[in-house]
Amino acid sequence: MKSPIQFNSIYAEVYKKYHAIAVEVGVFLLYLQDVLKQIFQRPFRREIVLQQIEFIGIQSLPVVLLTGFATGAVFGLQIGGIFLSFQAESLMGGATGIALATELAPLITGFLLTGRVGAAMAAEIATMVVNEQIDALESMGVHPIHYLVVPRVLASMFIMPFLCGLFMFIGVFASYIVGVLVFNVDSGVFYEKLLDLANPHDIVVGLRKMLFFAFLIAVISCRLGLNASKGAKGVGLATTNAVVVSLLAILCTDFLISFFQVKWMSS
Amino acid sequence: MIDFINVNKSFGKHKVLDALNLHIEKGKITFILGKSGEGKSVTIKHIMGLLRPDEGKIHVDGQDITELSESELRIYRRNFGMLFQHAALFDSMSVLENVMFPLKEHTNLKQSIIKSRAFDILEQIEILDLKDRYPNQLSTGEKKRVGLARALIEKPKVILYDEPTTGMDPLVSEMIDKLIVQVNKDQTSMTSVVISHDLKAALATGERIIMLYKGRVALAGEADDFRKTTDPVVRQFFSGKITGPMEFI
Repeated sequence: MKSPIQFNSIYAEVYKKYHAIAVEVGVFLLYLQDVLKQIFQRPFRREIVLQQIEFIGIQSLPVVLLTGFATGAVFGLQIGGIFLSFQAESLMGGATGIALATELAPLITGFLLTGRVGAAMAAEIATMVVNEQIDALESMGVHPIHYLVVPRVLASMFIMPFLCGLFMFIGVFASYIVGVLVFNVDSGVFYEKLLDLANPHDIVVGLRKMLFFAFLIAVISCRLGLNASKGAKGVGLATTNAVVVSLLAILCTDFLISFFQVKWMSS
Repeated sequence: MIDFINVNKSFGKHKVLDALNLHIEKGKITFILGKSGEGKSVTIKHIMGLLRPDEGKIHVDGQDITELSESELRIYRRNFGMLFQHAALFDSMSVLENVMFPLKEHTNLKQSIIKSRAFDILEQIEILDLKDRYPNQLSTGEKKRVGLARALIEKPKVILYDEPTTGMDPLVSEMIDKLIVQVNKDQTSMTSVVISHDLKAALATGERIIMLYKGRVALAGEADDFRKTTDPVVRQFFSGKITGPMEFI
């Protein structure tokens, strides 16, 4: 049995840990409030937003297209194999379409962009912290959130859903190729079943999810970059944390959105 | 010009400024000296409103800046130019873009006017030929000059130098010291505050010197006051000896 002193020290440790988490959550909420406030402040930094759109959108395009194609092809192969047992392989277009639009495309695009874009944002801003560039901005009376975070958030929310849409399109295209070439599905039947089973609302659901994910990736990565401690280790830690926290946030948000969507549809 | 009145500042249990009272005169070059951890950088951050005191007042041009809101402080900071220890240039921008940055942020001037102002200041600091280079293509001394050009472009009332010669070879150090004097001469109404460990530079170029010890002013005066002082702490600092009344953490 633990003595009262031991119990007190364990209690103190647990209190300290959860207190620190509570403080961190509070600080993050204040930061979020600041970001939302700064979005509506002038000037609108069009040039930086466009630069970010180019970085997030154009530069991520090859990896998104390649991953979308591979995902669609593999998913088509797997689902085609199962459907073949029931002689229902013609349904694979619809099944792939729904799965890609509502779940796979936003989730995998979110993961990809966290690794490519979120990590880069965190590393870049953390390096600016280490090199006193954030202090320089502050000393010039420039709000770092307005200058660094807002353009990244806006650019992410604008371009990431486009990338997700492309992922869906290329994924279905890959599934079509697999269906036609591997399972001998008639291309007209594939297209017809796709339109029968999947509907435009599924695409909206997926893009809406991606919009939330884009906001989370940008906001979390920038925050962890700004919060970096000094030194090379601080930059590395900020980058790793940005990826881990963004991925967890995406998974939690995905569950919550899906949960409320199911609730809403069943009511 | 700048007055600290009983300013206290602690970080956790560590008291950095302890009822600090200091006065910085307008238009002069003031050196703030002290060993590491004595609160020199904290003092400069208080002047810029980047830190708020736990207690006490800071008056700048008669205005109590401790009363200002965050948005008022952002406007207030435009009166200052700051040269950071490592220049803190923006990596993604060329020298010209770095120098133009403050004017682009704070004014609605045409790009051509901002550019011509940037050219003028680069010419004044004698680095016009570096205008198209990026920070990673510059030497430490060149970075400092660019940082100085960026700090001066808005014609600030006060320019703050954070350890401008730390870690530099004697030639570059002397070049920077000369630049500080030249800038102060060119812009007569401008106040220069230099944080430094460099005693030689402080005695040679400082019109006023303030030495901090244990969060307070150990001695404030002109170079001669420092040369003649019998204060054991100041004498130890000047002699560079480890043994003496000065405490090392």
